[in-house]
Amino acid sequence: MMKCAWNRFAMLLTSSLLGVSALVFAAPPAMPHYRFENFTTANGLPNNHVYSVLVDGDRIWAGTDDGLALYENHHWKTFTTKDGLAHRAVLSLALDKRTGDVWAGTMGGLSRISGGRIDSYTQLNSGLSNDVVYGVSIDGEDVWVATAAGGSRLNLRTGQWALYNERNTPMVEIWVYGVAATPTKVYYAVWGSGVLEYDQKTKVWDHYGDPDGENEIVLFKDQGLIHEITSSVSYVDNVLWVSTYFGDSRYDGRYWHNFLTKDSGLPSDFTNNVKGVDANRAWFCTDKGLAYYDGTNWAVYRPSLTTGKPEMMVRDAQGHVTEVPVTTAPAHNYVNNIDFQGEDIWVATSKGLSHGILQR
Amino acid sequence: MSRAMQSRLRAALGAGLAVVAAVLCGAALWNAWAADGVVTGRVGDRLTYPSPLEMLFSPDGARLYVLCNDSDEVRVLNASTYAEIKKIAVGHKPRGFTLSPDGKRLFVTNSWDDTLSVIDTGLLEVAATWPEGAEPSSVVEDREGKRLFVANRISNDVAVLNAQTGAEEKRLAAGRGASYMTFSPDGRRLYVTHVYPNLTEHRTAPESEMTVIDTARAVVVDRIPQHGIAGVFHVAISADGRLGVAAELHPKNLVPLAHLEHGGAFEDTLTLFGADVGNRTVEIPLDELERYVARPFGVAISPDKSRMYVTSGGSEIVTVIDVRRLLNYVRTHRAPFVQDLSASANYVVARVAVGRDPRGMAFTPDGHSVLVANRLSDTISVIDTRTNRVASTIQIAGPKQLSVLRYGEQTFYTARYSFQGQIGCANCHIDSTFDGLEWDLEPDGFGRNIVDNRLIEDLKGTDPYKWNGGNPNLPTECGPRTELYFWRSENYDDLTLTDLVTYMRSLESRPNRWKLPGYELTAAQERGKEIFERKVDKFGQPIALKNRCNYCHSGLKGTDQKSFDVGTKRATDDYSLIDTPQLRSIALTAPYLHDGSAATLEEIWTIYNPEDKHGRTNDLTKDELNDLIEYLRTR
Repeated sequence: MMKCAWNRFAMLLTSSLLGVSALVFAAPPAMPHYRFENFTTANGLPNNHVYSVLVDGDRIWAGTDDGLALYENHHWKTFTTKDGLAHRAVLSLALDKRTGDVWAGTMGGLSRISGGRIDSYTQLNSGLSNDVVYGVSIDGEDVWVATAAGGSRLNLRTGQWALYNERNTPMVEIWVYGVAATPTKVYYAVWGSGVLEYDQKTKVWDHYGDPDGENEIVLFKDQGLIHEITSSVSYVDNVLWVSTYFGDSRYDGRYWHNFLTKDSGLPSDFTNNVKGVDANRAWFCTDKGLAYYDGTNWAVYRPSLTTGKPEMMVRDAQGHVTEVPVTTAPAHNYVNNIDFQGEDIWVATSKGLSHGILQR
Repeated sequence: MSRAMQSRLRAALGAGLAVVAAVLCGAALWNAWAADGVVTGRVGDRLTYPSPLEMLFSPDGARLYVLCNDSDEVRVLNASTYAEIKKIAVGHKPRGFTLSPDGKRLFVTNSWDDTLSVIDTGLLEVAATWPEGAEPSSVVEDREGKRLFVANRISNDVAVLNAQTGAEEKRLAAGRGASYMTFSPDGRRLYVTHVYPNLTEHRTAPESEMTVIDTARAVVVDRIPQHGIAGVFHVAISADGRLGVAAELHPKNLVPLAHLEHGGAFEDTLTLFGADVGNRTVEIPLDELERYVARPFGVAISPDKSRMYVTSGGSEIVTVIDVRRLLNYVRTHRAPFVQDLSASANYVVARVAVGRDPRGMAFTPDGHSVLVANRLSDTISVIDTRTNRVASTIQIAGPKQLSVLRYGEQTFYTARYSFQGQIGCANCHIDSTFDGLEWDLEPDGFGRNIVDNRLIEDLKGTDPYKWNGGNPNLPTECGPRTELYFWRSENYDDLTLTDLVTYMRSLESRPNRWKLPGYELTAAQERGKEIFERKVDKFGQPIALKNRCNYCHSGLKGTDQKSFDVGTKRATDDYSLIDTPQLRSIALTAPYLHDGSAATLEEIWTIYNPEDKHGRTNDLTKDELNDLIEYLRTR
């Protein structure tokens, strides 16, 4: 009797230990693993402060603090104001996939790079609302622009400029940080005024704000947009991704889901940019590293905040965090922008541009 | 019959014969003069002439298609006898055409209708008419028959269309005034030229481009810069693909035009490109000392690449170039060549006189002849390529009489009145429009009284002329002033001047592309109109009469024909009063202000109106200014 009870106890103990060890030693979820090649002024970049990056087939465009850099055939070429660029600081980039033209939002206007020619639009020589162009996005013949004084839209066929501001939209502030234009919806990320939605069919504006106002508190999780101070928007597969300086949001048209460092794998609530891969996956560019969310799990890529050594952290659905050994990391923790080249990623940071090459 | 009577009869017969002979000779002489347009006898009717512009042979060589610019037709001729087979009516002001690779369809760009006529060459009928961009000027089809590329002169782009349905896929940003195109022989690249230069910094040399399109991807892959050039016309590439050539104008608008006697107005040049010239661009002159080749337009390279032919609308000649000698010269001499008036003697082998305003060319299938469309003679000159002589001249059926308007138009396009035949009106008013340049016209020193070139359509009732309003009427503007400052040469006779002025007054305003089809205004245009017509500023203060937009820019054409000081006088100007320019087609005519210092309409007010002298505008928000501009574009 005693022996039988002991045996049962031993079996229970063994299975419990096995269970615990399984929890403790379980392999982290498989998240993409990259080898990062970093570009700085040491190997051809005109400036290490990279605001934006754009993949254009085999060519990579990098918007830096000192010109627009083009990486082609393993060489960098830089376009400057001498070439017609509106300003040396290139904050945003967009590709017109129909024509191959590249649009650059700068601190001094909007530039189009087409077949090597640069045409620049400023608030003095065109209908552009303001020279500080934080964001640009192309939909068909419309170039949608986010500026420090509202949104602008240039119709390439008619040459007409339409301006969007507090006088004709539900925009409270007019400091517009980001724009995402699609055939159905156009979204503006307005710093201090949440997100504006323009329905291309009905031509009606809508507004999404933080239900808690401008407080840095969340009274009810997933009640709405996480914060009014938005920094970027991305709209893919009918899902809106929004980054703010106080967390990030996902909106599927009915439900909001918010991400904060305290309840997600975000390395920081201060997010400069978000880019959706599809309805479930997105990349977050924060001031404390680059984060990838696959709909369940998170991965963070960065140089360690303490040692500076390459670091990759994976967080599973249960919140377990595992460090994955890596030998490379993005050039810096302060991540501004990201774009995709097949399975590879290109990352704009404040200390260089990084090419993340997917490892099998 | 007495001897006296016989004598009287002989005398009478002789006199009669003499009279008949005199009449016949006189008639022949009159006809000859009339054909040359020198004497009176011109009719006042508005006659419609064919005005052949471009030509194409059918792939089997049996037919010659002739694009007739004024009669809005394609004439189909028997390519052996040149007898007319059919007239096919197309849209208004057809400017370019192309055959599909199989020859079954002929596409015609109707530049004032903004349409493309699709002609079934089996039926010789228009099978379809497709909507197009703003002022479509030329069209080509890719080898696969999938895509059409259409160069649009006003919208400054190349539209990419589905060749079967006409559905527009996209538009590619070209240079300003995109007009002429040619494929590389393998069909992989499309080269586009432009009749206007791109906008550049004020008082800098003009810059043009040749836009290069990858036809498989339908994207712009390169823009070949053409420094100092404004006004590029036909472009051609040799059959082996190694040599490209474009015909163009090289204006000298930064120095006073009064220096015409020093060769100071234009260089008439070609740009060479391709492997034969080291894959760079080489600009070569056509002019020679005291002999100019005004307004090069058409260019063609013989199939064996031995000769190059260039039509010159102003000089009314075809220049024949020996390609081997040309390449040898370019390879053995140091550039630049453009201002060397001795250069062309090294490669020009003939200058063949043809008809009025020669334009497009076509080689006969055997290559033994090159045909030249003489737009203002309604003829085709057939040049024997072995002798470089005009072997025959084909008359395109049209009015027999020369009208006043036609003679005025011939006068406008010829360079024969200027010193050494250097320039004509059409040098600066390309296709009777403008050239997008600022000029230093008067002999008042370098860089003084710079003036922007203006559009000359719909001029009637807009006098006085000149930016300072100094010329009370067109006869003064086109007569003494032109003769003194531009031609430096003989005066027009009174009738010639009258006909020239009559022609200029007849120039209609082209369709406004910013207006909706029903001429109603968009919401933005309506708001802009309210600003244009307002009497009170945004602070409720009355706007002084002279500071309202519609006070000076009044009436249908937007001018009260008076002069005002709008605060735009420069240190280099002698006058501050500016004649109020009319607003017709203002959207087309950048740069702006009297000296062309404002690159865009916006700059008129964002930069050059700090004291509200050019209308009360500084109370406007940016979106209101945009609305005002949207309205102005409809004028």
